[in-house]
Parts: sequence; structure tokens; C-alpha cells
Amino acid sequence: MTTVQTAIGPEKTMVLNMGPQHPSTHGVLRVLLELDGENIIKAGVDIGYLHTGIEKTAEALTYSQAITITDRMDYLAPLSNNLVYCLAVEKLLGLEVPKRAQYIRVLLTELTRIGSHLVWLGTHAIDLGAMSVFLYCFREREELLKIFELVSGQRMMTSYFRIGGLALEPPVGWTDHVQRIVQRFPSRFDEYEELLTKNRIWIGRTQGVGILKAEDAIAMGVSGPSLRGSGVDYDVRKYFPYSSYDEFDFQVPVRTEGDCYARYMCRVLEMRESLKIVRQALEKIPPEGPVKADAPGIVPPQREMMKTEMEALIYHFKIFTEGFAPPAGEVYQRIESPRGELACFIASDGSPKPYRMKVRAPSFVNLQALQKMVEGHLVADAIASIGTLDIVLGEIDR
Amino acid sequence: MTDTSDLEQNPIVAKIRAWRPEAVAEVNLFRGELTLVIYREHLRPLADFLRTEPDMAFTFLSDVTGVDRFPIEPRFELNYHLLALSRRQIVRLRVRLPGNDPVTQSVVPVWPTANWHEREIFDLFGIRFEGHPDLRRIFLPDDWEGFPLRKDYPVEGPR
Repeated sequence: MTTVQTAIGPEKTMVLNMGPQHPSTHGVLRVLLELDGENIIKAGVDIGYLHTGIEKTAEALTYSQAITITDRMDYLAPLSNNLVYCLAVEKLLGLEVPKRAQYIRVLLTELTRIGSHLVWLGTHAIDLGAMSVFLYCFREREELLKIFELVSGQRMMTSYFRIGGLALEPPVGWTDHVQRIVQRFPSRFDEYEELLTKNRIWIGRTQGVGILKAEDAIAMGVSGPSLRGSGVDYDVRKYFPYSSYDEFDFQVPVRTEGDCYARYMCRVLEMRESLKIVRQALEKIPPEGPVKADAPGIVPPQREMMKTEMEALIYHFKIFTEGFAPPAGEVYQRIESPRGELACFIASDGSPKPYRMKVRAPSFVNLQALQKMVEGHLVADAIASIGTLDIVLGEIDR
Repeated sequence: MTDTSDLEQNPIVAKIRAWRPEAVAEVNLFRGELTLVIYREHLRPLADFLRTEPDMAFTFLSDVTGVDRFPIEPRFELNYHLLALSRRQIVRLRVRLPGNDPVTQSVVPVWPTANWHEREIFDLFGIRFEGHPDLRRIFLPDDWEGFPLRKDYPVEGPR
């Protein structure tokens, strides 16, 4: 098993296992801490407790079937996973998605970002003792899960995006529900800030804690709010816009202190920016129009057409029995997930199943920075550092 | 794939050809993504060059991905996805390794983020990285036998 090489010697220090079962590791994560009292002399990270072979499984499924296993990687932002995979396959195919579907994708992905940050804020706060925040965040998240259930039938593992667009037309009147969220949430975010932003205890637990310098963050490949809290403005939505994000007006919050408080501010402001994007998307989405690309042989035909037209029936049959075969080649598609640069690398050999699907999980890369953030500090600060990185073990281990 | 004469005008390709023309085996462009296939002995020096050369400045290594092309030789492929933050530019480096000698130099001294990526590739493909500070399995237990992402490893597992 993984052990920590003791720096001082067994008499003076104690090796403590934090995890894999621990309420504050946010998943099955094991952190080995060599302690001198409360000071961490050395830290080691052990992962793999949630490894389920998703990438291997994808090689045995067709491109359409593989969408369903993507949900479970970053399980707090399932639509982000769906999106990165669908965009990667669409890039491979050179397939253009209709604007209406693109805008709906943006809207739902931004709601997912808010939902994910709500879990982050609630769990990070409760780890540090602010228990009420957890309940308030989950109260808001419940509204979002109702929207996801309304459009896709599923609260979490939506698999709502498909190669070429969306799985289904969203139900009539769904935008009214989103409108209510857009109206209600800003004051809720104000509530959280009122409880935390100027709170002495919160500031004491997060300012100056878990410092990550910009050069270290870049060298360690850290991305997302964990990187932007250290002063680097890399956000994939701005650097390499996808799914029409360049048509939306929003800011990317950046802070320079590089501590837990800076990352907290980045994520809270990001939630507000996401609401701005949702508001714009509500205006942009045309009331009617296709939600799937017109690509016979790749995108299944409408059911009524499949039941009445011979060509449509044959396409339907071929898609669901053989699958479709993209050209041979490799693509790397990145998106900005709530945790950072989430990317999907697909190598195709011209067959209907992905030859290799690799998911670049932001939490996997960001977690490497933990060692540097906690060594030389207190155990209590390790809790804050793990929370501030916003990791999800599902995408770390895959 | 596009006409290779345009690709030679691409500033990144031109810069690398000027630095060490024998390092590049192949250049291709697919779906707007530039890939340079590099001979493995040149990978480490090229990595240093791409990170430190001022007008290259590829300081961000997004990802390292392994692919098993069994039974085609060279069997293994490593893809390095680089990003130059200052220029918002991306490039992919590819290295091919033979099945009977899947070893290459680690790029951890150049991009520390490669640490866990290389461990993951070692764990799941069995490719070794010389110079890696701590090359051991990352997901699977230390006493696991076999390399699951290899094409000759069953998807159902060892049972």
C-alpha cells in the first residue's frame, strides 16, 4: 500500500490516514498525513477507490451508447460531461449543431455550473463549521434539479445531450421555470454572502490558507477557479469558445491572493455570472426550431418519420444496430467545467466504437497541487484546502 | 489532412524544424488541430525548448494520453497536449513506442503536472517513464497484474 517516507522519524511523528471514508474528503479520497502534533510534515495522496474502468468500457460501446457512461464521472455536473463528449464526437464528425440546441446547451450547462458550485459552497462551508449554508445551498439546488428532471426526466444523470443536439425537445413552458430561478437566485446568493463574505470566522479559516502561487499552479496544470484565484485568467469559454459562448456577454472573475478566500470569491461571482448567461440564453433561444442536426445516418430520424418513411426506418435501424462510423483521426475537445479544463480526447479508427476515449478530468490534475498546499501547515487547514479545490472523485478515478 | 506544404509555413512547425529538423517524423492537421509526431529520443529536449523558448512559451501541459494500437507496430502512442497561455495557442506532440520496449523519458522536470498523468499511463498501459520521481500505480492496487487499457486485456476483467 502507499506509505509516506517519514522525514523526522517514527518516534517524533505520527502518520494519520485521512480517508478513504471521511466526511470532508468529498468522496473516497485517502490523504496520508505525517504529523508533528497538528503540523503536517509530509502529505501523500492515494486515489483509485472509485476507479470503475469508464474509459475501457467506452471502447466496448458505440458512440451514442457511450454518452450514458459520461454522466457518472463528474457526478456533480453531469451535463458538462455530456457536453464535452458530444462536442468531441461532433468535432470528429465535422457536424454542425443547430443554434437553438446550442443555446439550450449553454443554458443548461450554466445551470449545472450553479448547481455544482452550490454543492461546493455548501460542503466547503459545513466542513469549516458554517452548517446553515449547506442547507440553504441545497434548497436552491433542489430548484435546479427540478429543471433537469423537467427537461430530461432525470435529476442528475441526465444524458440529455446527444450527438447532433439534444435528446428531446424540452417541454412547453420550461422557460417559465428557468425564469423563476433567474428572478429568485440573486437574493439567495446575497444571503450566502451575508453569512460568509465578511464573517470573521470564515475569513480566519480561509484567508492566507492553502496558498497556491500562479507559477506553481500553471506548472501543476491547475485550471478553473483554483487557477483564477491565483491570478491567471484562463477560462476555456473565453480562450477557446464552444457552443456559441462567444455570443454571450459575461465576465470571468479573477483574484490574485491565491488563498481559499480568493477561490471562494471567484466561485461565488461565477455563480452570478452564470445567471447572467442564463438570462441572455432565455432571450436568445428561438421558440421553435430543430434541436437536432439534420444528419441522416448519424442523428436518428423523428419517430413519426421512422414509422411512415422507408428511408427513415432504414436509417433508424442502422444507427441503433451498427452505429455510425466517424472518420479515422484524433480530436481533443476542451470545455470549462465548474472545476476547470475538462477535455475529451477521442481516437477513432473509423469503426462505430471509440478506439480510445480519454477524459482529462480537472479534479485529477488539480488534486496534485494538494500536497504543496498542505505541507507545512495545520491539519485544520488541510480540510479547507481539500474543500477549496472542489474535487469530485468520480472524475479523478474514472 | 491538408496539403503539407502549408503546414511547413505554420510558425510552430517552422520553429521546431529550424531548431532540430530530424526531431519531426510527421506533421498533420485534422479538424483544425495541429499534431507533430516526434521521435522519442527528441521528446525531452523538445519539451524543454517549447516551454522555455520565448515565442513558444508552452508552459501549460493540459494532458498526456496513451493509446494502444495493438497489433500495429509501433504499438503505443503518447499524445501531449500543450497550451501557450500568452498566445492562446495549442499544439499536440505525439510519440510512438514499440511494444517490446515501451519506455520514454519523463517530462516531469519540464511540466510537473505530468507526474500523475505518467503514473496513470504506467498503471493502465505499462509504459515506463525514465526519470519520473515516483513511478508507481495510481488507481489499481500495487500488487495488480496486467495493464487494463491494453487492447489484449479483456474488458470484463481478469476473471
